[in-house]
Amino acid sequence: MRDRGGAHPPLVELTLARLREFVREPEALFWVFVFPILMACALGVAFRARGDEPVVVGVIGRSGAPLVTAILQRTPGVTVRTLGADEIARALQRAEVQVVVEPGTPPVYHLDPTRAESRLARRIVDDLLQRAAGRVDAFAAREAPTEAIGSRYIDWLLPGLLGMNIMSTGLWGLGFSIVHARTRKLLKRLIASPMRRRDYLLAQLFGRLVFLGIEVGALLLFGHVAFGVPLRGSIALVLGTCLVGAVAFGGLGLLVASRARTIEAVSGLLNLVMLPMWVLSGVFFSASNFPAPMQPFIQALPLTALNDALRAVMLEGDGLSAVAHELGLLAGWGLASFAVALRIFRWR
Amino acid sequence: MTDRPAVRCRGLVKRYADVVAVAGLDLEVRRGECFGLLGPNGAGKTTTIEILEGLTPADAGEVEVLGERWGRGRDRALRGRLGIQLQETQLNDKLSVEETVRLFRSFADRGRTIDEVLALVELDAKRRSWVGKLSGGQKQRLALACALVGQPDLLFLDEPTTGLDPQSRRQLWDLLASYRAGGGTILMTTHYMDEAETLCDRVAIVDRGKVIALDTPRALISSLGAEHVVEFAVADGATLDQAALAALPGVGEARLEDGAWSLATPEVHLAVPALLAHLSAQGAALSHLTTHSATLEDVFVALTGRHLRDA
Repeated sequence: MRDRGGAHPPLVELTLARLREFVREPEALFWVFVFPILMACALGVAFRARGDEPVVVGVIGRSGAPLVTAILQRTPGVTVRTLGADEIARALQRAEVQVVVEPGTPPVYHLDPTRAESRLARRIVDDLLQRAAGRVDAFAAREAPTEAIGSRYIDWLLPGLLGMNIMSTGLWGLGFSIVHARTRKLLKRLIASPMRRRDYLLAQLFGRLVFLGIEVGALLLFGHVAFGVPLRGSIALVLGTCLVGAVAFGGLGLLVASRARTIEAVSGLLNLVMLPMWVLSGVFFSASNFPAPMQPFIQALPLTALNDALRAVMLEGDGLSAVAHELGLLAGWGLASFAVALRIFRWR
Repeated sequence: MTDRPAVRCRGLVKRYADVVAVAGLDLEVRRGECFGLLGPNGAGKTTTIEILEGLTPADAGEVEVLGERWGRGRDRALRGRLGIQLQETQLNDKLSVEETVRLFRSFADRGRTIDEVLALVELDAKRRSWVGKLSGGQKQRLALACALVGQPDLLFLDEPTTGLDPQSRRQLWDLLASYRAGGGTILMTTHYMDEAETLCDRVAIVDRGKVIALDTPRALISSLGAEHVVEFAVADGATLDQAALAALPGVGEARLEDGAWSLATPEVHLAVPALLAHLSAQGAALSHLTTHSATLEDVFVALTGRHLRDA
């Protein structure tokens, strides 16, 4: 046991210093804990299940309009608005109506074929009018409604938000605090002491991991309570995946901050690193939307690995062996970034 | 071992782009002494001390600190024997005084307890205050506490009292005196001549990256050949003869700078009456007259023709 005059080992003291610095900065708490929940809330509401949304049909007010209106309004879920002939384009453009019926024999349907809901409304309206005109259905199919928990957008989105949050807090949190310490010459003061350089970088990483449980837990709990997002795999594996992800992005944060001398410089670098992953790594929409030649690159990105692993465990209930590849990739990113950061780190 | 100097450097050179910050500097600091690097801003003092601290690599020259050289695999052990205070370090504002000292104490393998250090720098009452809430003097004392936690054999101080009020400066000087009393060695930079005169056993006057004089403050001042300096100016820019002034009784040397004369004088009681008589004989009227005891500032002026504060 070394004589430390009442102090803990350096790695512990450095980590404590990092944690104190963090909790004494209220803005940082907001970005780490509150922001992702607000984001999940807003997106969850915006993309909630739309099965019961009414179909809004515009009918041009001319002879035949009362009959068409009466036929359509008999059907639940269809709303009719009477329009003037000169209002067709504007009403469609503003999405006030999904389709416009111009009564006549035969009637004319005005629609925007690039919008799925416009095409759907046209089919519904056509069915109703054809039946009213005497068409007979060959059979009446029976419907068996099931709400597929786990396949809704919010179910798919939440693991992505979790991954994105782990990325942003890792990169911004470490990047800013390190560059701040560098501009204040605190790093120079530290290496003038007998501190081991490795201890400082490790402490920055550990400081990140301490709050990870709260950060991840808050978002998972919120998703479960507010939207019923399922957690089909083991919670330990979800947390473990988050931990490995946090190590990967913590390492990257150290690397990005290893040379920058100013907050402006590090902000630019952080955006440069994060922007491709926001777009490519399947946070808001699936990474499989991108062409095949880009896939090897996309699959190698740490956020893609983290999101894929989280979705596999949370939504499909996959076990450790199924996500081992992703976890290995993340650990590789973390270790390699840390090793390079330690070598090239600018202390003054 | 103990009779080897605490710091020795030879032929130190450091260039930044096209500026030569240190131009072949030699130094030797003895164990147990307080050694001052005195010079104007930009003279190369900070670069020199940071090379000696192992923070800045030199372009040329040799450095030996406590018998060791930097970069030979024993840097951490050497750092454990040094206390370093940098110019303009801002410690973490969001940590308390005690947490800051505790952090620095954890790096050292030996030294005082945290309570002892806080008592030493008289910050016990502030131990729970955040660093950001401290006054300038308290911050400097905290910086000194961080340098002293490991009970260093050698203390490096870069401009330790710049920007402090007189009371805080005196408090810091007392702290340094008690460190010396415990057998510690100090190498400090300053551009305050009174600080160098009060604290330092020996002073190296540094200008443009070189040592231009090195001795005890007393010896440097007496090298002027004068205990006092008389400064005066005459009205209407009347011209006076330098040789005639230098030949006045009690005057050693006469110098004209920016319309102001200064006379180095071993005997001010002879020089002033003689000067007044000379001026009235010349028909020149005094617009300004002061006398002061000669200081290291006057030594710097005599050596370089410039003042410390505006060099």
